[in-house]
Amino acid sequence: MKLSFERSVPGRRGCRAPQSAAPHAAIEESLLRKLPPRLPELSETDVSRHFSELERQVYGVNDGFYPLGSCTMKYNPAVNEQAASLEGFSGIHPLQPVESAQGAIEALVRAKELLCQLVGMDEMTFQPAAGAHGEFLGLLLIKRYHEERGDCARKKIIVPDSAHGTNPATASMAGFTVINIPSAQDGTVDLAALRAAVGPDTAGLMLTNPNTLGIFDKNILEITDIVHGAGGLCYYDGANMNAVMGAARPGDMGFDAVHLNLHKTFSTPHGGGGPGAGAVGCKECLTPYLPNRLPVRLADGTFGYADSEHSVGRMKFFCGNFLVVLRALTYITMLGGDGLQEASENAVLNANYLRALLKSELPAANEGFCMHEFVVSLESLKKETGVSAMDVAKSFIDAGMHPPTMYFPLIVHEALMFEPTETEGKETLDAAAEAVRNILARAKTEPEALHLAPVTTPIGRPDEVGAARNPILRYDFTEADQ
Amino acid sequence: MGNFLPSTDAQCKEMLNVIGVSSVGELYADIPRAMREKAAEAVNELPKGVSEFEALDAMRALAKKNRVFDAIFRGAGAYWHHIPAVVSRVAAKEAFVTAYTPYQPEISQGILQTIFEYQTILCELTGMDAGNASVYDGATAAAEAAAMCRERNRTLTLLAGGLNPESIETVRTYSFGADAEYAIVPNKEGRLDLDALKTALNTGVASLILQSPNYFGVVEDIPAIAELVHAAGAKLVVSMNPTAMVLLRSPGECGADVAIGDGQPLGIPLSYGGPYLGFMACKKEMIRKLPGRIVGQTADAAGRRCFVLTLQAREQHIRREKASSNICSNQALCALTAAAYCSAMGPQGMGEVARACYDNAHYLAAKLGKIKGFELAYPGAPFFHEFVTGTPADLTERALKALGEKNILGGLPVEGGILWCATERNTSAQIDALVETVKAVIA
Repeated sequence: MKLSFERSVPGRRGCRAPQSAAPHAAIEESLLRKLPPRLPELSETDVSRHFSELERQVYGVNDGFYPLGSCTMKYNPAVNEQAASLEGFSGIHPLQPVESAQGAIEALVRAKELLCQLVGMDEMTFQPAAGAHGEFLGLLLIKRYHEERGDCARKKIIVPDSAHGTNPATASMAGFTVINIPSAQDGTVDLAALRAAVGPDTAGLMLTNPNTLGIFDKNILEITDIVHGAGGLCYYDGANMNAVMGAARPGDMGFDAVHLNLHKTFSTPHGGGGPGAGAVGCKECLTPYLPNRLPVRLADGTFGYADSEHSVGRMKFFCGNFLVVLRALTYITMLGGDGLQEASENAVLNANYLRALLKSELPAANEGFCMHEFVVSLESLKKETGVSAMDVAKSFIDAGMHPPTMYFPLIVHEALMFEPTETEGKETLDAAAEAVRNILARAKTEPEALHLAPVTTPIGRPDEVGAARNPILRYDFTEADQ
Repeated sequence: MGNFLPSTDAQCKEMLNVIGVSSVGELYADIPRAMREKAAEAVNELPKGVSEFEALDAMRALAKKNRVFDAIFRGAGAYWHHIPAVVSRVAAKEAFVTAYTPYQPEISQGILQTIFEYQTILCELTGMDAGNASVYDGATAAAEAAAMCRERNRTLTLLAGGLNPESIETVRTYSFGADAEYAIVPNKEGRLDLDALKTALNTGVASLILQSPNYFGVVEDIPAIAELVHAAGAKLVVSMNPTAMVLLRSPGECGADVAIGDGQPLGIPLSYGGPYLGFMACKKEMIRKLPGRIVGQTADAAGRRCFVLTLQAREQHIRREKASSNICSNQALCALTAAAYCSAMGPQGMGEVARACYDNAHYLAAKLGKIKGFELAYPGAPFFHEFVTGTPADLTERALKALGEKNILGGLPVEGGILWCATERNTSAQIDALVETVKAVIA
């Protein structure tokens, strides 16, 4: 379809700005921009239709099944959007006096109190804007903790090789050396490898539990003990929290800090890549290092902000992605403790059900039950038929579904990772299983066809290698002029 | 509506049968019993679930405890602009709102193309060659820019004294992580002290991060600063308000290597500070150092033009500990909103907004500046839509209180006075009312 720049008609215009009745103020010639930016010149109708056409080429959660593993693509309640659009939230300035923003601060305090209770932490900040941003803060807390104790040799962060890519990237950003330890086949921590890795240089461990294979690590208490025993701290990557609300708290597992992806577990939309929110909770030992402007309940019953002289500093402007936190608070309020627990139970039920339906065709990468997601390996299918995990994933699209996550975690070959979430019903899962069976049957009879999938979309598989080799990152006006 | 769980009890039972267990509890067998009991107890102590009506009512009650001002004369990083209705409607489109990161390009062309258009608009505004798909906000853009300019032998980041203090704090936090050094180059009379800059520049300097118009509203002499910085072999990062870029010379025109800032003025509501939009754009030579997601144009096997996430070899999911940044989720929907805003306003509308901001702010400054105690702190210094009056603290408090009583949010108290802002929304009538109120305080 056309780009907005290709729809542009010179001289056509859209919205008008209010005319200022103030006198035209003089401006120094040397400060002025020489040429106006070449923005599209469109009418409001053009703009409306352009974006409607674009929207038709996007697959959202309301378009169908979205079993994208590790992303928790659950339904985003409509009421969240209504709450976030209330003018009392969307129309207030971040630097207006605290007495004029009591409701906003109270919302932050309420959200943190509920979430701390849910995950077993003592304090929480909403400043980080995303999961990775939360991880970064978490590791800075750990870094400052060791520093303040004069324990300056602790430069290493242990990360299992089954971890999300953000974990090692974060550890590097926080100035640590990453020690990758191998995982057992089911992604659980290899205790011997962990024992061998810890020592006086250990700053901490980053772990998600359930892990990226969807397995709850039953040795979790021993794992956190080993790290604590060596003088390190434990960081919980909350990306998989949707499995265990009401079933296990990171605080009780022995973790000292945790981030929660509000855009996963707490139903706020993903926005095509963001904005999210990475709430970071911690135990008392790390509380003094949290970012300043910490929302608090004051002794007189009003709400305000607290600063600490030990704080690691600010993570971003203002209070974080405030409207995202509000959406999450709406969801938590509506579900309550009982509803959150039920949500996790159903997420686990759905994942195990889909896994059971697919068991004969797609053996899971591990034995036993899974939590909220599971991973299958298509290695043998690929050997037999030449059909790859990518081919199968792309065939999902032709079946009207979003593909599962491909090629993750890295420790499983030809991996597909399914996370159905709790907001799908049995019929959807039955239909998905049926569709998978059809795809696998086709892989055996006409493998060539699967290499070409998808065929029902406006475009086929793009040339990604060419895109990276010869990057075209913006529209070229000169080409259009010729 | 309830808790968003479609399966009935009977269906759940069927599903359990297929799995081969009698209860969900059995699926949780790997969790130690004591841990499970404790977690169950903890959720039990949380409030119980309520209906949608009650939940929304609770949120409404909170919203009511916030004051929505009739007029806002405060900026300092968050700007009160009109958002065209069509922009709000585009930004609320369900598929845009609920989709994941466009890892599957065949069903994500709408998002990918929008980001490609956004990147183009960003390049046009900033005068740069390439931009990324967004970072969290203007403050983290500054921190990411500092990191992208560091080289093996050049590790020191200079921060202009006129950089937003929250950006300075954020760069400081990221520097603590990276074990990197930074130094602040002080201001003199509201703008960067060029002598101090000359002294600070040495062969270890990686970059200078400059904001213009700066935090105090003053337009910096970017070309002169660029010359000094480049002569020392360092990079110049310019943070600029996107509305100002339409009227004033862009970072690219002035010789910046990297342009950054916050895109909130481009159709994103104040929202008590977030979500906003961090933007980053750079010259060709630095493209592969840009952090975050980038959309590129390519074609499918049939030769149809299409868009994909590209240059992913920089990113965390490929490079892990060697990635240029750990960023994963960004502010995609805010970037889409900004693209919709710029498309809906067009060059003319954007130009009108910028001009109205400029004229209104200068009108306000001229009127306020005549009041005793509200003289301009930096008379003669060029500014866009923010400026400081050298108001003493006691007078500041009284003036802001009096304005508050008229439901006007006055400027922000800063070191040395009050930082005021006027946008296209601040009509002359509002400005006159503000001035009258302040005059009454003096009298």
